[in-house]
Amino acid sequence: MIEAVIKAFGHILTLKVLLMILAGLFGGLISGALPGLTATMAVALLVPFTFSMDPTEGLIVLGAIYMACIYGGAFSAILVNTPGTPSSIGTTFDGYPMAKKGEGERAILVATYASVYGGIVGVIFLLFLSPPLANVALRFGPPEYFWMAVFGITIISSLASKNVLKGFLGGAIGLLISTIGIAPIGGDVRFTAGFPQLQGGIELIVALIGFFCIPEVLTMITERDKTFHIAETKHEKGILVRTFMEVMKRQGNLLRSSIIGTIVGILPGAGGSVANLVAYNEAVRVSKTPEKFGTGVIDGIIATESSNNAVVGGGIIPLVTLGIPGAPPDAILYGVLLIHGLRPGPELFSMHSDIIFTFIMSLFVATIFMLPVGVISGRLLHRTVVRIPIRFLAPAIFFLTIIGSYSIRNNVTDVFIMLTLGVLGYVLKRLEFHPGPITLGLILGPIGEMGFVQALLMGQMLPNKWMIFFNRPLSWVLIVLSVVSLCWPLLIRQFAKGWKIKEM
Amino acid sequence: MKSAKWIVLLTVFALLVSFQTAAWAKFPEKPLTYVICFNPGGESDITARIQQKPLEKIIGVPVVIVYKTGGGGAVGWSEMMRATPDGYTVYGTNLPHTIVQPMTRGNAGYETEKVDNIYFFEFTPNILAVKADSPIKTVQEFVDFAKKNPGATVGGSGEPSANSLGTAAFAKLTGTKLTYISFTGSGAAVPALLGGHVVALMTYTSMAAEYPDKIRPLAVAAEKRAKALPDVPTFKELGFEYVEGAFRGVAVPPGTPGDVKKILEQAFAKVNQDPEVIKKMEDLGFIMEDYGEDASRTLVKKWTVYYGNLLKELGLLKK
Repeated sequence: MIEAVIKAFGHILTLKVLLMILAGLFGGLISGALPGLTATMAVALLVPFTFSMDPTEGLIVLGAIYMACIYGGAFSAILVNTPGTPSSIGTTFDGYPMAKKGEGERAILVATYASVYGGIVGVIFLLFLSPPLANVALRFGPPEYFWMAVFGITIISSLASKNVLKGFLGGAIGLLISTIGIAPIGGDVRFTAGFPQLQGGIELIVALIGFFCIPEVLTMITERDKTFHIAETKHEKGILVRTFMEVMKRQGNLLRSSIIGTIVGILPGAGGSVANLVAYNEAVRVSKTPEKFGTGVIDGIIATESSNNAVVGGGIIPLVTLGIPGAPPDAILYGVLLIHGLRPGPELFSMHSDIIFTFIMSLFVATIFMLPVGVISGRLLHRTVVRIPIRFLAPAIFFLTIIGSYSIRNNVTDVFIMLTLGVLGYVLKRLEFHPGPITLGLILGPIGEMGFVQALLMGQMLPNKWMIFFNRPLSWVLIVLSVVSLCWPLLIRQFAKGWKIKEM
Repeated sequence: MKSAKWIVLLTVFALLVSFQTAAWAKFPEKPLTYVICFNPGGESDITARIQQKPLEKIIGVPVVIVYKTGGGGAVGWSEMMRATPDGYTVYGTNLPHTIVQPMTRGNAGYETEKVDNIYFFEFTPNILAVKADSPIKTVQEFVDFAKKNPGATVGGSGEPSANSLGTAAFAKLTGTKLTYISFTGSGAAVPALLGGHVVALMTYTSMAAEYPDKIRPLAVAAEKRAKALPDVPTFKELGFEYVEGAFRGVAVPPGTPGDVKKILEQAFAKVNQDPEVIKKMEDLGFIMEDYGEDASRTLVKKWTVYYGNLLKELGLLKK
């Protein structure tokens, strides 16, 4: 394998390929930072351009775009409180408060370092542990997906620790919205109010733009005197190195989040959108100061951004070993492989080892390149956004929300849905409902529903169909995780009270 | 005088000719949009991508692939009903989707008869498949297994779909009780089979071609064997009167002029003759078909009757 890796580096370290990686990175960064252009869309849009290239070069460009796009989502999450891709939802929780405090540049640097770290960890797993890890993807059946969704919902108890009831209510709203459209099993038409356009349901990214971005723009306009750009931006010397040291000191967080990202990436059907929230939850849980999360601490950004870039490598593991795409953009990479007559599986490694190792190593190189590219363009973007007066920034963002929500499915209906949800989001925000739990419900609704119904159907072969949820070891692991995750914040609070009493 | 008359006549003639050629040259003169109503990376996308380059060469303008996904294709097809009928936007269509959705949903946003198919270019038959290391080796063994284990699970793509209705039809034919479990696409059902979460798959030939060492196809639901799976018998050969699968074609918005449709129909027919297209499609398990506009109409009518009866028996008919 070492020989193959060295040979792969030989293919990559040519001016042409390096320039292609750079171009891919810039393209990915831009599409990532624009809400509405997800990694899946960005990769799909560029597939035709790769037809004229040989398969290796095509994969290299698409890989670089994918990696940078996931990272670029952090920019808009930090600067305008809108996740550029669903993989950066959790980044808004602490990134935006940091930007509001005038620490936007630091937040972007943290996101850059964490993304590069996570990306590298994912690629290392991909390179060395693909075959054993791929089987994890197969172990996960419908009952496990159901329990994973339950586990995901319990994250709310740490996301919304200040008001658990409102958190879970928000989650329930999200779950309800996710049922609009054609039922994933059975094909029933639900809650479309007679509009055939609603058969497609509410697209996640459309809801993200509505719930995160529109309330933010409305707040910008209504609270003009507290404007964001007035926030004093601290220009500190040595911020590059100091932030780097700060991030690297948190090895535990970095490694844990990257491994979470890799594993979630391996599971088909769950991608960065789930990984970043799970990683955030775990970071809150092990923290000694969980109450500080959400006020602008770098630990939150480290968790979300390292995990979502680890998803890239993780998602490719089942793709190249089994031909099963891990995360949504991998489905498009799979299509590209098939069109070029490359069939994923063991034969890909034996017969086309050249192509596959070059692709894996190019992901590695692209991740490293992300460091300078991200630092330069991230700081530039930050300085620009911060300097634009609100009277220009607010309409500009508003314009982008419309373009973004239209472009995801080329559908005008989505723009109206986005605006409706935006107004709803603004009202809910006023009532102190955080958009995080709502979007969590939206993401997990379909996964949980499908897992539940499919598992019950599987249970038809058992004497009691409900047993299907409790007769598998992996299910029990997830059940225990859910209970712990649900009770942990409450236990901590109890303990904290206990300690205070003792101190007195 | 006489020469002046000639000049006038010639001019008129020249003008007529130039008008005529102008009319011919009129279509297509700008890029063609090819709308795919399913996710990028799926089979509809892959077939369109295979056609894209040769199609560009034949009609002489760029072909842009755009995705309008949702509702199992219904979002895109209901939009097609309202799209400009100038021939510059063609939609990928699928059978039995465009037949069964309006039948089962009440208001799918379009009607089967309004989907103006100009060409069906391929057929993907159902296959019954098990895991490569499964003890079940033949269709008969599967039927025996299902009789011993009522409610045996069969995974497949979507519902109602060729897979789901095919499972129901096959269960009826063999007198077995099968539990169909729907997944969000052919690809999504594969890990469920490989992980042992379902006993078998009612899926498409393409899946057997894509996962040759992991999936064991037991039989193909086609009139003749698939080129990609020469060793797999058809259900008919084994004595089961069972043919079913999905057709892929292209349609234009209702009201598109006949001459424009003709140009597109001929272009897609020519793409289907391209040896490279044929090879790529057949390697992926698709069976090349050539149904022009009229033949497509007959095809849709034939399957409408079949699915109408099947859905009525299953109690799924809305209308």
